[in-house]
Amino acid sequence: MGKEIELKTAPADYRFPTTNQTRHCFTRYIEFHRCVAAKGDEGNDCERFAKYYRSLCPSEWVERWNEQRENGTFPGPL
Amino acid sequence: MMQGIMDLHHDIFFFLILILVFVLWILVGALWHFHYKKNPIPQRIVHGTTIEILWTIFPSLILMFIAIPSFALLYAMDEVVVDPAITMKAIGHQWYWTYEYSDYNSSDEESLTFDSYMIPEDDLELGQLRLLEVDNRLVVPANSHLRLLVTSADVLHSWAVPSLGVKCDAVPGRLNQISILVQREGVYYGQCSEICGTNHAFMPIVVEALSLKDYCDWVDIHQF
Repeated sequence: MGKEIELKTAPADYRFPTTNQTRHCFTRYIEFHRCVAAKGDEGNDCERFAKYYRSLCPSEWVERWNEQRENGTFPGPL
Repeated sequence: MMQGIMDLHHDIFFFLILILVFVLWILVGALWHFHYKKNPIPQRIVHGTTIEILWTIFPSLILMFIAIPSFALLYAMDEVVVDPAITMKAIGHQWYWTYEYSDYNSSDEESLTFDSYMIPEDDLELGQLRLLEVDNRLVVPANSHLRLLVTSADVLHSWAVPSLGVKCDAVPGRLNQISILVQREGVYYGQCSEICGTNHAFMPIVVEALSLKDYCDWVDIHQF
């Protein structure tokens, strides 16, 4: 048996009160990368945004966005 | 949510029984009292204001009493206010479901992800349900607020488990959220509910609700 898991996930967000949560995932992804751009990679301040977007976004989407960021073709504001 | 649906059903059933008894009573009464042997020359009545007012007002009152809890439930179903304990993702594929648990990740790569295929008829063991059993079930804890994000990788699907009162379209490029609270430990079955191609009928859904401790053990075993 491995380490104890923590039962915690992205909280309900009042900006996204509807069934459609597509923007919720996208916004959290952007928030993380803006945070990293502003505060640098080291601090743990941005880690919670990373947890949020990983909880919310399908891994396929995250992979595609990571690729697009590397190629400079990411469509969102970073 | 299922509790709400059942409560509404019971509310409406109260009115249903009331109306049924009343209509049967009038019907039998009319057959009895106006039988041609008892009442050979029928009376001709063409208008009655009082009764017309009554049979307009009463049905509208009844409809109102049905509409209020019905709308309350309708809007309560869309609420996403409660903070969930766990987020899971169900991704529809032609023709199987993929489930992702990424709450416990520390990088983009590692995540608890698995495909859930139907068990073919020839491989079924005794007691397993034909066309409903899958190889990897969606494991959830009972009595916890769960968030399920439903999406698709190819065409439209629909993730539905009737016993949990849940049905949600899986749309490519869109995340639909549903809140689930499983009130009892057990196994719940469902099927894809949006025609999605040849094997639409062969991509069932199985939810296994465990106690919180068993769920944590399950995650431990599969994650690390």
